[in-house]
Amino acid sequence: MTTLTEAAEAEHADPAVPRFYRVVSRREDTYDTVTMELAAQADPLPLFAPGQFSMLTAFGIGEVPISLSGLGSSGGDGGGPAALRLQHTVRAVGAVTRSLCAVRPGQLIGVRGPFGTGWDLASAIGHDLLIIAGGIGLAPLRPVLLAALEDRSRYGRLVLLVGARSPADLLYPDELEAWRERGVEVAVTVDRPGEGWQGNVGVVTSLLEPAAPGANQTTAFICGPEIMMRYAAQALIALEVPTQRIQVSLERTMRCGAGWCGHCQLGPLLLCRDGPVVTYDRASELMRIREL
Amino acid sequence: MQQGSNPGVVTVCAPEPVVIGVDALPALFSALRAWGYTVVGPTVRDGAIVLSELESAAELPYGWGVETEAGQYRVRRRSDTAAFGHSAGPQSWKNFLHPPRARMWSADRTADAVTVSGAGEQPRYALLGVRPCDVRAIGVLDRVLSHGQHADAVYSGRRDGAFVIAVECTEPGATCFCASMGCGPDAQSGYDLALTELVDGDDHRFVARSGTEAGARLLAQLPQRPADDATVHKAQAAVKRAATEMGRAMPEVDLPRLMTESRESPHWDDVASRCLTCGNCTMVCPTCFCTATEDVTDLTGDHAERWSVWDSCFSLDFTGMHGGEVRVSGQSRYRQWISHKLGTWHEQFGSSGCVGCGRCIVWCPVGIDITQEAAALAALRPPSVLDAAGGETADAEAVGIKED
Repeated sequence: MTTLTEAAEAEHADPAVPRFYRVVSRREDTYDTVTMELAAQADPLPLFAPGQFSMLTAFGIGEVPISLSGLGSSGGDGGGPAALRLQHTVRAVGAVTRSLCAVRPGQLIGVRGPFGTGWDLASAIGHDLLIIAGGIGLAPLRPVLLAALEDRSRYGRLVLLVGARSPADLLYPDELEAWRERGVEVAVTVDRPGEGWQGNVGVVTSLLEPAAPGANQTTAFICGPEIMMRYAAQALIALEVPTQRIQVSLERTMRCGAGWCGHCQLGPLLLCRDGPVVTYDRASELMRIREL
Repeated sequence: MQQGSNPGVVTVCAPEPVVIGVDALPALFSALRAWGYTVVGPTVRDGAIVLSELESAAELPYGWGVETEAGQYRVRRRSDTAAFGHSAGPQSWKNFLHPPRARMWSADRTADAVTVSGAGEQPRYALLGVRPCDVRAIGVLDRVLSHGQHADAVYSGRRDGAFVIAVECTEPGATCFCASMGCGPDAQSGYDLALTELVDGDDHRFVARSGTEAGARLLAQLPQRPADDATVHKAQAAVKRAATEMGRAMPEVDLPRLMTESRESPHWDDVASRCLTCGNCTMVCPTCFCTATEDVTDLTGDHAERWSVWDSCFSLDFTGMHGGEVRVSGQSRYRQWISHKLGTWHEQFGSSGCVGCGRCIVWCPVGIDITQEAAALAALRPPSVLDAAGGETADAEAVGIKED
């Protein structure tokens, strides 16, 4: 006979059941993008690693996969092996993300996770880190940059290349400045400059040559539109960065995050389980085949 | 039943087979129902042999068989009274273990909190008449939905509570190819009780053997006699003969490699010119497990539920993301289905996704035949792929022979 406690524990262990986190802050990053900080209520999820993702539920509307964009105001794990605080940066592009972006502090959001593979920062110790972000792709890369900054002495150069559609789409402009002050080599480019834009114009790969990564001691972390990731990876290969040191974060539809729904397949990969972070030696052929 | 539910547990059982008469089936039903099981088995309905909750043994399809071909299915009268003298119908056991619609959780919101309750208690089914190919299919689903990093509560709850009664195959259909997938016609493991049906005029009986302790306990409750050698040999010979009477065979090639090397084959255009992308093959497949989710609320908006519903890789919105769908063409959707089934399933879940039941061939409205499409792809590939017996990868696993 199952006791009530056992039943409750079994329910907690059910990865399909969201736990409700309270929104403690909400910041509008751009006209369509919001960063929210979530605080665990009674039972926090296990600690997330940079690059992993949550399934976020807007009550009664639906659920979407959203990468972690930070571990909370402290930047650290807040003490203990549990995700007491989570930051997510959400762009309003559909019914669920629009609803999530409209949340107010004090409201509750369903969270499941952590799911998927994280950025392999351990393999990059002693290397220069080259972080290449396109659009909202900067969000999943933010925790890996913060983790590297926390442990600055273990890495060589920290280079961050950011591409955005327009200056109005640029994420975290204040933080970009703060990171620059902490010694990160930050370069930004936009596709469509607005009035008063003094910076670079063009695709993010145009920033690569000036950044001049040293092929033998560089580990690259790339997240952005698939076409941008392919071009960036190819440019790095041309600079002789080994493909297994190029990590990309891939995206497909996901309904469960737990390996059951079948939607996130990319050839042999279940991206909720074998991704989203995949090294380019595995990803390149799969990304090359159309409609795979 | 616990052992039978978990292929990870090695069942050491060398039971002596016994013979039970067809008149023992009511006792079988009574015993299962007394144990709290809902019996699910085959019955004739709407011109097909369907799987349904059964009240009594009288509902079994005695004297009915089926004729199958690509895109064709007809029930027919048999010349004998066999209860399990039919090959696979339009449903599989996933309809009960991984139902088309299932509530994953429900939640109630108050001003300051949300209370969530999970999937809850699941029904306990005794699955009666599970073909060896379908026993293997349940093992495949176990690996996907129960034995990965995360366990699906609905499937695992139903699976852990299930009692599996296999019936070995002695009369394969024209669309069957389990022998070439290494998944039948004999039941090797994954069952609580295995039966082999023998009908000689009025002498209608089953050779029965247990696969688990629970199976042995059930068997002990039935009227029976020890199996004589002649009866056992007769049953074994019938199953052995069935292996040679399969209407189809999967080509003996390294299927995962064939699928990988065929990603840009011109043959996809040919399949797509016939495929309606209707998804029937995925609905009838005993291992296709894909689902979507639906969130619903009541009129107050404060009670919400999430339902898991079957989905198909043939539907356009299956890969819909912000920015559009990934697999737009019919070519890419058929390629995904067959490549997953015969190829990438190995890398994802450690076995083939195809058990050779033939349902996808039968229920395809235009009669697309997975064995023929694999053969057509193989014919377009270099000889290395065809060297099934030679290469490292061309082992048992490559043709789907994998022990649970």
